[in-house]
Amino acid sequence: MEMPAPDVKIMAKKAKLVERLQSVLPLDAVIHDEFETRAYECDALTAYKCPPLCAVLPSSTQEVSAVLKICHEEGVPVVPRGSGTSLAGGALPTADSVILGVAKLNDVIETSYEDRYIKVQTGRTNLSVTGAVEENDFFYAPDPSSQLACAIAGNIAMNSGGAHCLKYGVTTNNLLGVTMVQMDGTVVEIGGAHLDSGGYDLLGLICGSEGQMGVVTEATLRILRKPEGARPVLMGFDDNEVAGACVADIIKAGVLPVAIEFMDRPVIRATEAFAGAGYPDCEALLIVEVEGSPGEIDEQLSKILEIARRHNPVELRESTSAEESAKIWLGRKSAFGAMGQINDYMCLDGTIPVSELPYVLKRIGELSKQYGLDVGNVFHAGDGNMHPLILFDANKEGDLELCEAMGADILRLCVEVGGCLTGEHGVGIEKRDLMFDQFKPEDMEAQMKVKDVFDPKWLLNPAKVFPLSVTETRRAG
Amino acid sequence: MMTPDSEAALAEAVAGAKGPLRIQGGGTRPIGQAEGEVLSTAGLSGIELYEPGALTLVVRAGTPVAVIEAALAKENQRLPFDPMDHRALLGTKGEPTIGGVVATNASGPRRIQAGACRDSLIGVRYVDGQGAVIKNGGRVMKNVTGYDLVKLLAGSYGTLGVLTEVGFKVLPGIEATATLVLNGLDVTRAVDAMSKALGSPFEISAAAHFPETGQTTLRLEGFEASVTYRMAQLRALLDGFGDMEELHGDASRDLWTATRDVTHFAGAQGDLWRISVKPSDAPDVVKHLPDGARLSLDWGGGMIWVVAPKGADIRAALGGIAGHATCLRGSAPTFHPEPAPVAAISRGLREKFDPRGILNTGLMG
Ligand SMILES: Cc1cc2nc3c(=O)[nH]c(=O)nc-3n(C[C@H](O)[C@H](O)[C@@H](O)COP(=O)(O)OP(=O)(O)OC[C@H]3O[C@@H](n4cnc5c(N)ncnc54)[C@H](O)[C@@H]3O)c2cc1C
Ligand SMILES: Cc1cc2nc3c(=O)[nH]c(=O)nc-3n(C[C@H](O)[C@H](O)[C@H](O)COP(=O)(O)OP(=O)(O)OC[C@H]3O[C@@H](n4cnc5c(N)ncnc54)[C@H](O)[C@@H]3O)c2cc1C
Repeated sequence: MEMPAPDVKIMAKKAKLVERLQSVLPLDAVIHDEFETRAYECDALTAYKCPPLCAVLPSSTQEVSAVLKICHEEGVPVVPRGSGTSLAGGALPTADSVILGVAKLNDVIETSYEDRYIKVQTGRTNLSVTGAVEENDFFYAPDPSSQLACAIAGNIAMNSGGAHCLKYGVTTNNLLGVTMVQMDGTVVEIGGAHLDSGGYDLLGLICGSEGQMGVVTEATLRILRKPEGARPVLMGFDDNEVAGACVADIIKAGVLPVAIEFMDRPVIRATEAFAGAGYPDCEALLIVEVEGSPGEIDEQLSKILEIARRHNPVELRESTSAEESAKIWLGRKSAFGAMGQINDYMCLDGTIPVSELPYVLKRIGELSKQYGLDVGNVFHAGDGNMHPLILFDANKEGDLELCEAMGADILRLCVEVGGCLTGEHGVGIEKRDLMFDQFKPEDMEAQMKVKDVFDPKWLLNPAKVFPLSVTETRRAG
Repeated sequence: MMTPDSEAALAEAVAGAKGPLRIQGGGTRPIGQAEGEVLSTAGLSGIELYEPGALTLVVRAGTPVAVIEAALAKENQRLPFDPMDHRALLGTKGEPTIGGVVATNASGPRRIQAGACRDSLIGVRYVDGQGAVIKNGGRVMKNVTGYDLVKLLAGSYGTLGVLTEVGFKVLPGIEATATLVLNGLDVTRAVDAMSKALGSPFEISAAAHFPETGQTTLRLEGFEASVTYRMAQLRALLDGFGDMEELHGDASRDLWTATRDVTHFAGAQGDLWRISVKPSDAPDVVKHLPDGARLSLDWGGGMIWVVAPKGADIRAALGGIAGHATCLRGSAPTFHPEPAPVAAISRGLREKFDPRGILNTGLMG
């Protein structure tokens, strides 16, 4: 992936910039040493690295505002950063940019069980939001697999999802308000603990905007009371198509599971070798989880099992204890790690209409043969959000490029069948050039006009989301 | 009045417009109305795609809501967000369209559990102020490709673009419904009871309070046995909140249709307001309403319907409380004034989407 050439004029004034930033932040919050800035050279898309000009770690909204005002005046690009777990290169800096990390902003500001919300600073990790309300039996619903590390800041910027979003929705459905600092330092409050907007839905616009509209420093999040219990079933099938039909029938029957996860044979085998969860050796495996009281769970599961039986499963395993539940989830939760044991992998995240599942899996198999790279599929089947994992060898000349070309073909396939390039990881730099496949120029222009309003100089995370060729004139201006 | 019969014809009509256009669906919400020639979406009607197994529906914007509800009912499915029918409350005629629902982000009592219209909306096509046809989102539930203009268009009251097609995530139908009615609570106690219920694991799908009858209503939905179980749990949880009764089946359904459509204020004289605050602020807002105001609470107290004496400044009742008040009928500005930096963003967006300022000119600030 190409990045814009750094602006030499900006590089030349590093000393002045650092000095100005030090005038508004504590000394240790401005990182400019060439060794130390390397800590910020990439996110979880580690194939691409570039240390920033410097990194700043402000501790308040006011400090964020002061930093942005300076960068705005100096015409220096800023790349906001949460925990750096983006898989799309969203937090990748350029050599002429300032990384603005929100890691020090991690306090809980306010919690209300009565009104069911929590207000936090956005550097706080996803899991520690739930951690803050857990003792009262509440939780924050969006649960990306990276939840131990990723920050609410990145979740908002990417509109992250998780295994349970079939029932609870993704970040945007659980976000009530934000405090955001615009590139010129203006602080705006959008939304709050009340519902919906009296004017335009700016909150919905900001969520998922990949750090291109402003730096979000505080967030009001909806919290929910924990269900009384949850229990999964595991089903194995001899055929992907049958597994797909079973998913559709479960959904049509009016049962709304909290999660329907799908794994194919390569992933089943890898996780067995890695974690030994005792999965059957079959073509397709589904984990379906429901919630409620023990009686409610029994009722929903009996409906689900009855549907599954009609599809001739090779295995049906109902959990009868917490240990059995954990074991059913064990393989799924270690799937990425298991694939990582075999080789380097690239994780795609396109979404497809669930009815296209069998066709898309078949085509991915064909592409795998064509490119000579193995692929495993593990994904959220209820909503069609695929996660093909393409295995490659980063140390082998040309393998990364081959893997990227195959990934691009898979994502084009997702678009072709009526889906999209990314369901929850975001565009970043990774899918930037594929935007042409999903959008007409006018569609992209309509989106870029929004950035024109929030950040007229295109200084915030400017090299992301849109193909560089279409943003060139804007970035230059 | 122009009634184009295709998206392309509609785009041409907008591109060629010489002056302001008033965008109209079914015309059942002639609230805070804009000036200009009427541009009707009635010619854009019909279901484009419906896949019950994928819970997805894509329809043309001028499709009557009734047509959509009937098609969904056939498959025992429904729109998740309960759009209200304004005809009783506002005394209007006509056929509400799905485009009008999206343009107003209309959402009923189920809002607190299932989200607003915008939360189920997965794709839009619209014609911007210069006549360009724009697509955003699509037909899949999870999509973070590019900016979410879908949400921006929802609730933009036709001021950023004319919707031509909208896509939704739909939900399975509901097997059983029941309502627990608490009698004789004042607003403060009612909000307490609703908060307690909504903070329980029993999945309350709606919570309302009617000071004029003293009733507080809590809805449970789902499979029959589950509703029965949760009803018992809920009664135990709210023991001490006064006298209780239960409504089941049609009695429960009818109550919530009436609540959704605010029929209790149908024909009421005076200004009509809708206030959104956090539930625990509701008692405070109510205390500051002018004498003679009538009110009811939905969304667990977070949404307050008010019929107020003509000309009363209801926004003043909010004092410093965070939230917003929309004036559906009356002389006050329809939409809540925004703080300066937010208003600047809204204005900027409108200028970009409709540089000539011809879409619903005068509406929304
Ligand atoms: C000020 C106001 C407050 C409201 N508050 C609520 C509420 O609290 N709860 C609730 O459930 N509903 C609310 N509504 C409701 C909503 O208007 C309806 O739910 C909807 O069904 C109207 O359908 P219609 O086709 O009759 O719309 P119309 O009355 O024709 O239009 C309603 C609004 O939408 C615009 N519009 C219609 N079609 C399109 C289109 N295709 N593209 C772009 N814009 C379009 C119109 O210009 C107009 O501004 C409110 C409406 C208004 C105007
Ligand atoms: C092992 C693994 C599993 C994962 N599983 C999931 C999953 O299940 N679901 C899922 O959705 N994602 C998943 N991800 C992706 C990633 O964790 C999410 O995208 C996450 O939300 C990123 O958060 P972060 O704090 O690490 O953000 P970063 O990587 O630091 O940044 C991500 C983006 O957010 C922007 N940003 C950061 N802070 C701010 C701010 N304050 N204001 C404005 N913009 C800001 C950045 O500029 C960048 O564009 C996974 C990643 C890994 C490595």
